[in-house]
Amino acid sequence: MTDLDRFVFSFLNVEVMRRYLPSIAEGFVLTVELALAVIVTGLALGLTLAVVRSLQIRPVNWLIILGVDMLRAVPPLVIIVLFYFALPHVGVRMSGFTATWASLSLVLAAFSEEIFWAGILAVHKGQWEAARSTGLTFGQSLTFVVLPQAVRLTIPPLTNRAIAITKGTALASVVGVPEILSAAITGQSFAANPSPLTLGAIAYLILFIPFVVAGRFIETRFAWKR
Amino acid sequence: MDALVQNFFNVAIMRAAAPLLLKGLLMTVILCLVVAPAGVLAGMGVALMSTVRRRWVTWPLIVYVDFFRAFPPLVLLIFIFFGLPFVGIDLPAFAAVVLAFTLNASSYYGEIFRAGIESVTSGQTEAARSTGLTRVQTLAYVIIPQAVRNVLPDLIGNTLEVVKLTSLASVVALPELLYAARSAQSVTYNPSPIVLAAAMYFVLLWPGVRLLSRLEHRMIASR
Repeated sequence: MTDLDRFVFSFLNVEVMRRYLPSIAEGFVLTVELALAVIVTGLALGLTLAVVRSLQIRPVNWLIILGVDMLRAVPPLVIIVLFYFALPHVGVRMSGFTATWASLSLVLAAFSEEIFWAGILAVHKGQWEAARSTGLTFGQSLTFVVLPQAVRLTIPPLTNRAIAITKGTALASVVGVPEILSAAITGQSFAANPSPLTLGAIAYLILFIPFVVAGRFIETRFAWKR
Repeated sequence: MDALVQNFFNVAIMRAAAPLLLKGLLMTVILCLVVAPAGVLAGMGVALMSTVRRRWVTWPLIVYVDFFRAFPPLVLLIFIFFGLPFVGIDLPAFAAVVLAFTLNASSYYGEIFRAGIESVTSGQTEAARSTGLTRVQTLAYVIIPQAVRNVLPDLIGNTLEVVKLTSLASVVALPELLYAARSAQSVTYNPSPIVLAAAMYFVLLWPGVRLLSRLEHRMIASR
C-alpha cells in the first residue's frame, strides 16, 4: 500500500463510514438537542440575572458576581465531572445529558450575564431618565427602552460566546452521552479504523461552520462602535 | 449537611490528595506556558499574513481560522491522539495536547489580533511610512503596540480560555490537575479531590477574571 492508499483506507474508508453513519447521525440529533437546550436555558438565565442585577440590591449583586466569577474561572469539564461523578455521593443522581446540560447552561448564563449587564450599562443614562419621566415604571423602562438597545449591543459578543460554549457539548462524551464524538469514538474502536472520527469531524463542521460564518457576518453588521 | 461536608469538604482526604493535585497543577501550568505563547505567536503570524491584501493569501487564512473555530477542541485532540497513529504518526499525549490546543488557540488569537490591527486607522500607517520607517518597522513600532492595547481584554479573555482548555487533556490521560483529581477520587472513593481541584482552578484564574471584568467595563465606560 502506498502512503496515500493507507491514508484513504484509514481516514476516508467509505465502507466503514457507511456502517457507522446511522449511529453518528443519531449522535448528531442528540448534539443539536443538547446545544439548543443549553443556548435557551443559558441565555434566559443570563438575561434574568442581568435584570436582577440592575435592581441594584447589594447583597444579591455580590452573590451574582461571586457565582459568575466562579463559573467563569472553573473549566466546564470540571463542572460536568462535579455534577456527574461527585453529586451522586450526596444522593443527587442525574444522567450524563442532564449533567452536561446543567453545567454548560450555568457557564453560558455566567458569561451572558456579564455581557447583558455590560450592555445595560452601555445604554446612556439619559435613556433611563427620559423613559422614567414619561411615566413608565422601572420595569417598563427596562423592557421597552433599555433592554432592546442593550441586547442589540450584545449580539456580537453573545454569538461568539454561545458558539464557544455550544462546542462544549462534545464534553458530554466524557460522561457517556452518545453524542457525535462519543458515537465516533465507539465506531473507531469497533472498526479498528479512524474513519468514524472523520465522519464525526465532518458532522461538527456541518453543524458549526454556518454559525462561525454567521458570527463573522454579525460581527461586522452589529459591530460595537468605538 | 454532614454527608455534604464528609463528601465534598473532607479535609483529611484533601490533605492526602494535595501532593498529587499539586503535581497535576504543575503539569497544567507547564501546558499553559507552552500552549499560550505558541498560540499567541501563531495567531500573530496569521494576523500579520492577513494584512497582505492578496486574495490567495487571505482566503486560506479565513478557512484556517474558521475551520479551527468551528471544530470543538476535544474532537481535534481525539482525532490527533487516536486517529493519527493509524497512519504511523504516534504522538505522545503531551505533544498531541500541545498540537491540538495550539491549533485551536492560534485561530482565536489570530482573529483577535486581526481585529486589533484593523482597529488602528490607516493614517497611522501612512504617517509612519512617510517619516521613513520601513513596512516592518511600521508594524513593529506603530501598529502592533496600538493593536494589542485595543484588544487587550479579548487577549486576556482568550488566555483564560486556554488555561481552562488544558483540563481536556485529562481525556487522553495526561496527568494534569483534573486527571489527578479524578485519580484521587477513584482511589479514595470520595469526591473531595475534585472540589479541591475546582478550588485550585478558581484561585489560579480568579485574578484574571476580575481584571478582565474591570477592563471590559472600563472600555464600555470610555465609549
